[in-house]
Parts: sequence; structure tokens; C-alpha cells
Amino acid sequence: MPLAEPTQPAVAAPMAAGPGRTKTFGLRATRAAIPAVSGSLYAARTKIHPEAVRGTFRTIKWVLLAVTLGIYYLVPFLRWDRGPGAPSQAVLLDLDRGRFYAFAIELWPQDVTYVMGLLILAAFVLFLMNAVAGRVWCGYVCPQTVWTDLFMAVERLIEGDRRARLKRDAAPWTAEKLARRGAKHAVWLVIAWWTGGAWVLYFADAPTLVGQLATFRAPPVAYAAILILTATTYTLAGHMREQVCTYMCPWPRIQGSLTDAHSLNILYRRDRGEPRTAVKKAAALRAAGQPAGDCVDCFACVTACPAGIDIRDGLQLDCIQCGLCADACDTVMTRLGRPTGLIGYDTEANCRSRAEGRGPVSRMLRPRTILYGLLVAGVGGFMLTSLATRSLTGLSVLHDRNPQFVPLSDGSIRNGFTLRIVNKRPVARRFALAVEGLPEARVEVVGGTPEALAVPADATQEFRVLVFAPRAARLAPTTPLSFRITDPASDETAGTRDHFKAP
Amino acid sequence: MTDTPQAGTPPTGPETTGHEWDGIAEYNNPLPRWWLITLYATIAWAFAYWIAYPAWPLLTGYTGGLLGYSQREAVLGEVEAVRRDRDARGQAQLASASLDAIRADPALLRLALATGKAAFGDNCAGCHGGSATGATGYPNLQDDDWLWGGTPEAIERTIRTGARSGHGETHLGDMPAFGRDGLLTRAQIQAVAGYVLSLSGRPGTPAATLDAGREVFAGTCAGCHGETGTGNPEMGAPNLADAISLYGASPEQVVATISHGRKGVMPAWEGRLDPATIKSLAVYVHGLGGGR
Repeated sequence: MPLAEPTQPAVAAPMAAGPGRTKTFGLRATRAAIPAVSGSLYAARTKIHPEAVRGTFRTIKWVLLAVTLGIYYLVPFLRWDRGPGAPSQAVLLDLDRGRFYAFAIELWPQDVTYVMGLLILAAFVLFLMNAVAGRVWCGYVCPQTVWTDLFMAVERLIEGDRRARLKRDAAPWTAEKLARRGAKHAVWLVIAWWTGGAWVLYFADAPTLVGQLATFRAPPVAYAAILILTATTYTLAGHMREQVCTYMCPWPRIQGSLTDAHSLNILYRRDRGEPRTAVKKAAALRAAGQPAGDCVDCFACVTACPAGIDIRDGLQLDCIQCGLCADACDTVMTRLGRPTGLIGYDTEANCRSRAEGRGPVSRMLRPRTILYGLLVAGVGGFMLTSLATRSLTGLSVLHDRNPQFVPLSDGSIRNGFTLRIVNKRPVARRFALAVEGLPEARVEVVGGTPEALAVPADATQEFRVLVFAPRAARLAPTTPLSFRITDPASDETAGTRDHFKAP
Repeated sequence: MTDTPQAGTPPTGPETTGHEWDGIAEYNNPLPRWWLITLYATIAWAFAYWIAYPAWPLLTGYTGGLLGYSQREAVLGEVEAVRRDRDARGQAQLASASLDAIRADPALLRLALATGKAAFGDNCAGCHGGSATGATGYPNLQDDDWLWGGTPEAIERTIRTGARSGHGETHLGDMPAFGRDGLLTRAQIQAVAGYVLSLSGRPGTPAATLDAGREVFAGTCAGCHGETGTGNPEMGAPNLADAISLYGASPEQVVATISHGRKGVMPAWEGRLDPATIKSLAVYVHGLGGGR
């Protein structure tokens, strides 16, 4: 196969100089190395080995990781009593019966509009988050970020921190390297398998399915789903990591149009940091009354970055704004006795304004944030209202399209209708049908009586209804009819309109 | 650390493809390795597919592939599987159950109605219309007027043997051409046509004509259509006293019917459709709303 010579020599050259002092820092560095390998068909990814950091953002990320993963893994086991015959799982997507249960809410396939509303709401919340504080979603709670964080923690636990990993990467294969690598991949696979395992529990009764899975009696589709999710989790969180965000995810591109100079973002405050100067030199410069920035060019922010970028280059596509560079920088600044926050949440406009010697100018309330806030409140309010006031009884009527009417031998006219009664309550009910609009008309239900239309619990039932207008009736070509069903037990009713057609 | 590669454009600038549009040049960045590997994998897959599956046309056939897969055989297998599945779902039961038993069992009834609806569209809609409302000369099956009887059994028999179809047990009825064959005079035909129209309550016939027509009717027509004109399903003689007229109810149409006779033909479906389908059709047609 005409594969070109790999770029390894060109890219790996600085690596060989000493893994501890490597000077390639991911994508940007790789791109810089491109001219040297001109003509190659591909660029190999430089593996990123982020350094462990401690600090505010790291703590927030640990907490959110625990909360989100806890929700994901444990929610299927929450119980919710819905009475006999109904599933007792709090959150369940029952594909066989076409029902979605979320605590007190039960949705039918025709309620899919709520899912659409939820997606619209989610989009506006994302927009709002972005306008207020950049890629909060990406940095803290996106599954790709959370699982990658977890996988990196495992990697760090087994293979050590950045320097140890770089050294081991460069070292020849030994039993110890093999053992640690093997252990890492084994733990990754277990987590990935557990991820898939938790996923399928949302689609069937969790305790039952766990038992079936353990005894190999679960449906094949469950095993297939687990296998697929194991593979994707292992690949995406273990191997692809930041490439998913940089190459596969559309959000970084969209984000560019949703953020503005007044949005909070993890930024390098270049007004304070530039010009970058070593500590002693800075002291000398300042003594001489010359400018010296707070950044000591230590690269702590770069080595901490899981996306392999340099935050000091400004806001960029690859940055997921997880804040780890801010933690790394704060640690260095504290050690140097300088104020923290050289990297932190700030806005472009503030940076610019300070560089010109003025104070902060950004504000949270802007037309953009107000509009997104109103949209979120509006869509959310509308959905809540419609969910709270929705009826659990439904009726739809379909007039026979063809023939629209049938003249009978005694001169009367017959119209046929298909009724579908929706009973969203967990009990079987009987409905009484009333058809109004033609006083002389006679109503027949095929296989039943209009007084008692039986509909099973949590189901719909179709009925064929024939309406006869006698010969004596003076019929217009179209007469409005109203159909109404009533449940005598609860007085719940539902109705709809249609027409009686005549020659 | 001054020689650390800085982000941004290196001194020589990134290589471009050399293409330029309105001052915009295109970077000639290499692809990610995994992307390229994927591309080569798909190419390798294509070769493997050519070897394993039927792929290339030859002069008299095609390369069969090592796996021996054939789409035609796969389809035949699927058809067979559908047939077995249909039998398992009750198609076999339909063939053995009586019409009453089918109509009494909700599951069987649902199956028969679905089968009948599909079979009707394929076989009957050509004459009776997709909605079974018929046309002039082709009976409306939605209404409650039946030439050969409207019970499920009568309908099944009609579908099975047809009318004037050549089938051994086919329905046979003969409405003579009273005018063409000289059985009635033109005046008699006019009179009896007026009388027939009055049977179904259509006004406009003078009293004198009515009397003449009544006389002709009693002598010539009542044998088949009955004294009161209510017809006889045994002979396929239609009810003349109701609001439905197969061949039209204008005076001209009635005169034409009497003068030239009517011999509608319906094919026999026995042997062309299997018994389960014929039963399903009978149940379906009976259930359209006008069944007796």
C-alpha cells in the first residue's frame, strides 16, 4: 500500500532530546513542524500528556465528575411506584411498548413534541451559557470531557504523572512497562464496559436486566449495545480524547458565533502577563523602571492543558475551557508570591480596556444574554404549562376519505368514521360517545355500542363508527358534527369536530 | 526556552496548495493519520468485497464471489419466511375456520380484515373501485343492496364462483332484451319503465301510464323481480323498489335496461385466490358497512 513515510522522525526529534524537557506541545507544535515533512499524506497526532494540577477548577471538575457519573450510573436503579401492571423504574425508555417514564411523567410516542421542546430548551441553555461564560458545557460536564478526565485519572494512577509517562513512552518495552500499560487498558475497558452496561439499564427494568446479563440470559441487543458502547467509550475517552473536540464536534465552530468580547472565558490576562520575563530579569527591569510582565514563561499552563494548546495565544478552537491552566498558573503565581488570576475567567473587552489603562467594561446583562434568558424562560414555561395541563384522555376522528358518503337502499345516507380513543390512565375505562349536529341521525359502533366504548389501560383503541341520516333529513352537502367521549366514572371528556357529507 | 515553537505562523508560513480565490489561499495541511488509515481500510474493504460477493459483470454472467451469496435466493428465502410467518400468525387458521368463527374471534377478524383489504385492492378494485363504491354496472359494495345476497356466506359464494363467469356453479340470471328481441312493444316498455320508477318513489309518471305499466309488470317482470318489485337474490334479480339502481334511474336508462337486457359479468376467483384469501375478502366486503 503506498503509505508515505511516517512523519515520526521529524516530530519525534525533539522528544528524543529528552522527554522531560520536550518542546512539542500538541497540535500547534505539530503544525509548526509541518514544513519539515512537506509531501507527507498525513500528520501523526502527538500524544498529549497533561500534568496533574490542583486548584479551584480541578476541585470543581472532580465534584462535577462524581455527580454526573453518579447520576448516569445510579439513576436506573431509582424506583417509582406507578401502581400494578406499570413499570416501577423511575426513568425508563420502554421501546417495546413505546413509553418513556421519568418519575411522575409518562410520555407516549405522540408526545415527542416534548422531546423537541427539550432539545430547543437545551440549545438555548447552551447559547445562554456560552454568551455568559463560554464553553462551560465543554469544560465541565460534556460526557467526552468527563469520561476523558476519568480515563486520564486512571492513567495517572497507574502510569504516573506527565514526566513518568513521557519517560516510559520513550523507554524500551520492559515487563514493568507492559504490566502498567496492560493494567491501564484493562481498567479502561472495565470502565467502558460499565458505561455500556449502565446505558442499557435505561431501556429495561434495571435489577432484572442486571440479573439476566450476569447469567447470560439478556436479549442479544443488550449485549450488542454494551459492546458498541464499550468500544466507543474506550476509543473516544482512552485514545481519541481532545481530537473528538477538535475534529469531530461541531460545537467549537458554532461557539465562535455565540461568544463575544463581553463573554467570560478562560483567558490569559496579557495586559498583566506581557512581556513575559524570567523572575530575576523582571526584578532587574522593574528596578530600572522598565515594564516586565507577570508571566514567567514557565509553560505550566501548557503542560496542564488536556487539549495541548497554549492559552496565551488567546481564545482558540481547540480550547474546551476547563480551567486547568488557570489552576496550574495560580500554583506558580502563589509560589512566586504574585497575585493569582493571571489566567482566569475574564472577557476580551476587559483585557483590551485594561491594556489601554482603563477599568473593566464588560457586563453580564447584554441584549444577547437577556434574549437567551427570555427564550429559555419562555420555552421552559411553555413546556411546563403544557405538561401540567395536558389531558390523559384523547379522541381523534377520521372521516372515511372514500367514499365520503354511501346512499343506502332506504334512501338514507351513511357516513363512516374511524375513532381512536387514547386512554393514558393506568386503568381500563369505558367511554360514552355522543355525536351532535344532526338531531335525526342514528349512530352505530361496529362491534360495540356508543354507550360503552371499552379502552384498555394505558392504551389506544380504534372504533369504526357509522352515522346514518334518514331520507327525511334535509341534508346540506356538509353538516358540522361534534364528537365527544365522556368517562362517566371520572367525568373526564375529550372531543373533536368533523363533518357529515351528503350528495 | 526561547526556541520553543510558538503557536501561529512559522517564519516561512504554512505550505499552501497554490490555489487562490479572491486572495484566499488554501493551506496544504496533511490529513490526520487515523483519517488516512480509514480511507485505505475502505479501499481494502472494496477489494475484499469483490472477492467475497458477486461484483463484476462478465459476458454471460457475473463473478459469483467466494461466499456464494445470491440476492435472488435471499429474496426467495425471505418470501418463504414471510409465508411461514403468515401461516404462523393465523393465515392457516383462516383457511380452516368458518366465516362465523372468523367473525367471532377478534384476532382472526383483524387478520381477515387486513388480508381482505389488501386482496381487495389487488383483485377487486379494478371494477368495484378502491373504496368498493362501484360504478354504473359495477355494484357498490358499501351499501346495503345486494344482487346475490348480502350475508357473509352469500358474498363468499359470489366471490368464489362469480356471475356468468363460466365457473361450474356460477350465478346465472338472465334479464332478457325485451325490446331488441321484440318481446314487448315500445309503448309497453315506456309504460313499464314509468311504473318501475314509481316503485322506488320517483314521481312524474301519469296515472294512465302507471296502470298500463303495472299490467305489463305483473305479466312479464314479476316472475323474477317479485310482485312488489323487491327482487330475488336467488336469481340475481335486483330490488326495484329501493333507492339504488345499478344501471341508473333516469327514464332513459331504465328504458335502455328493459330494451336491451343486462348481463353483468364477474369472474370466478376460486382457483385464482386461495380459500383463506376468499374468506378474508368475504369478511372484508361484508364488514364495509352494508352486510346483512
